[in-house]
Amino acid sequence: MAEPASLGEGKPEQAHHVLVPPASISQTVSEKGVVNDADLLLAATSISKAFAGVPALVDGRIRLKRGSVHALCGGNGAGKSTFLNILMGLHRADAGTVMVKGKVVHYSSAAEALADGIAIITQELSPVLDMTVAENIYLGREPRRMGWFADKAKMEADAAALFARLGFDIDARVTMRSLSVAKIQLVEIAKAISRESDILIMDEPTSAIGEKEAATLFAAIRSLQDQGVGIIYVSHRLTDIFSIADSYTVFRDGRFIEAGDLVDIDRQRLISLIVGRDLRDQEARASTSTGEPMISVSGFALHGQFEDISLDLAKGEILGLYGLMGAGRSEFANALYGNAPKDAGTVKIEGKPVEIRSPSDALSNGIAIVTEDRKETGLVLTSSVSENVVLAALDQFSKLGFVDGKKVAANVDAQIARFRIRTASRDLPVQSLSGGNQQKVVLARCVETEPKILICDEPTRGIDEGAKREVYAFLSAFAAAGNSVLMISSEIPEILANADRILVFRRGRIAGELKGAAATQEALVHLAS
Amino acid sequence: MSTELTTTAGAAGARNQAIGRFLSRYGILLSFIILFVILSFAHPNFLSSGNLMNVLRQVSINGILAIGMTFVILTGGIDLSIGSVLALTGVVAGSLVTGADPYNPAIAFFAAVGVGALFGAFNGTLIARFSVPAFVVTLGMLSMARGATLLYSNGRPIPNLSPEFRWLGQGFIAGIPVPVIIFAIVFIAAWITLRYTVYGRWIYAVGGNVKSAKTSGIPTRTVIFSAYLLMGALAGLAGMILTARTTSALPQAGLGYELDAIAAVVIGGTSLTGGVGSVVYTLIGALIIGVISNGLDLMGVSSYYQQIIKGAIIVVAVLIDRSRNMNP
Repeated sequence: MAEPASLGEGKPEQAHHVLVPPASISQTVSEKGVVNDADLLLAATSISKAFAGVPALVDGRIRLKRGSVHALCGGNGAGKSTFLNILMGLHRADAGTVMVKGKVVHYSSAAEALADGIAIITQELSPVLDMTVAENIYLGREPRRMGWFADKAKMEADAAALFARLGFDIDARVTMRSLSVAKIQLVEIAKAISRESDILIMDEPTSAIGEKEAATLFAAIRSLQDQGVGIIYVSHRLTDIFSIADSYTVFRDGRFIEAGDLVDIDRQRLISLIVGRDLRDQEARASTSTGEPMISVSGFALHGQFEDISLDLAKGEILGLYGLMGAGRSEFANALYGNAPKDAGTVKIEGKPVEIRSPSDALSNGIAIVTEDRKETGLVLTSSVSENVVLAALDQFSKLGFVDGKKVAANVDAQIARFRIRTASRDLPVQSLSGGNQQKVVLARCVETEPKILICDEPTRGIDEGAKREVYAFLSAFAAAGNSVLMISSEIPEILANADRILVFRRGRIAGELKGAAATQEALVHLAS
Repeated sequence: MSTELTTTAGAAGARNQAIGRFLSRYGILLSFIILFVILSFAHPNFLSSGNLMNVLRQVSINGILAIGMTFVILTGGIDLSIGSVLALTGVVAGSLVTGADPYNPAIAFFAAVGVGALFGAFNGTLIARFSVPAFVVTLGMLSMARGATLLYSNGRPIPNLSPEFRWLGQGFIAGIPVPVIIFAIVFIAAWITLRYTVYGRWIYAVGGNVKSAKTSGIPTRTVIFSAYLLMGALAGLAGMILTARTTSALPQAGLGYELDAIAAVVIGGTSLTGGVGSVVYTLIGALIIGVISNGLDLMGVSSYYQQIIKGAIIVVAVLIDRSRNMNP
């Protein structure tokens, strides 16, 4: 017990030497004297990077060998994305060295990294939907005829040959728009592979694809491995990691924690390395659930997104919904709110069946939502704080269609005080506020509709620690008053500390329920991946 | 020393910000006043009450259209069909008040507004219900309504309109031209609607972020539909006034009027992406366009040059707006 507790807190350099399994130590030592190790494709040491004074990465390291699939693991905010962006030349490191194939590099653009044989497949897909698959693959490096004309026939033949080699069943002549998300992801992967890079970074390549495509992808990865390509494989899905990777590096809170071979470690141990021991920094909230049913959802389905979702939420309860990206949590929440379609499912509120076909149905049944992306779907950024706060409840502030300006002003000022929204005036445009204060405006708007049930989709995404605490305090008080909260979050500590019960989504289904002492970080990660 | 420097820079920055805020709020009004003063000195007749009334009467038609266009553009849309719809409503109104036994002008008034609203409803249905881009729908309507106009009138002007009807375009109440009074009523109603009603808030919210508006329970499709309906009705009103003013209904009336209406809205600083703007600024935009053409007319500048100047002003107005938004 004492030993693991020191893992996270010990100095990283010590941790490295103490913790790497014996096999790796000997390797490290033997490589030390040989600078031009032919097998070592990439070596990064002591990489750090801060954004506006806030450190995102303190000590990033990795050693990638030829023919290896190396898993880079870590939770949200572990610094993986920053680290990868530095490797790709998208950010410049504040300190540290990156060595590629034996020489020290300082990339200042992705083009330089690409030229050196490093390619990345990112989570965000960027296809040109109305161009063909072949055109997408050779975008910006089209084979030419007579110097001016794109050689479409060659493009298509090359793309078809590439797919045949990788075993992908995709027609290179169709438009990207006609493909499924999974196929688009495979095309992006093929595009990166077609650059014939010897270092390939894959960031969550299976997050958008099904089991079948994943199997195809893994077969392709193995054949690349045989050709001597080194792959950095980033994923939250531990099952994938254990089936495809051979070695691992773990980051936590911006620091390198441990590296080694996967044969020397089991799943539980890897989870505990990723999670750490000291993350539960928040006092768990005491349950205020009354046991009286508030809302009961049964058989919710939207084919391809989520299936057979049933849940009961009691008065005074905060129910957590946890799951990886693309597990169908947000899609379910939007369907419940009437903001997205559903194929099947019924809802009862306080025992009475209700039909929710639109957001206004939801609002009149006492349901409000804090959407996942406050800029995209939450706020009217061009309008003022005041207009945003009262937007969903204008009928309460109007007579015969005319808005009662004084009533609005008094009410908005009360909300600004209640949520401690930092703004010089209620009439300032809401886009001039910080992220945390914008989020409080969204909460204030929900409160204005006097809901009994609040759906919060990632309620603290991108806001600072202080604002987070205020959001938690609000949710807690809201539930304590006999209301119900459905809290969707991918922040494990947050959901553990605030939810009475947690339902875990995996690939569109509820994989299990965790409660009380059984609700641990390890159990959540285990169920979700 | 470095502290001093920062303080000075900070003060200068604050001053620049204050100037920026002032300009963004009153810049367009300032431009109008400067223009007005220049024209007053440039031509002795400009300030005469007869000429000013004339300017206002000329502005009323474009002003009424621009107010409707402000609603449409605030929702993030556009209506290119209003010049043609205006012509159609003009010949419909004209046909009812010509000949030996003309109808009451009230009937012509309601027919014009009704036909305009019908065409607006057609646009609005396709745009809001079937999600066809507004640009495409109203571009098609621009052609269809013009064709309907030519068909209805056999391509010929409709003369001999009744004097009672012509009063709507040429008459005065207490020395003020009737079209100016109608325009003033429309303007005040629009201003109150956008500023003080729930519906007005909905227009801004739909244009600012339609997803967020939907999440807040706003009937977004109905709101978008209503903006085109209103635009059509106002095009009908403007078509009737134009016909009454010109003494005969012309099937080729209103060519390019949609562009003047859009220009007034844009010069007034309303964002073409929706959500930001006001009819007050649109009014000033319409007045700027009206005063410039009047001033150039007085000075005997050829209408060819006038078109070039007007176009340049639109581009410069938006350019200033952009650079202001980029350096807040």
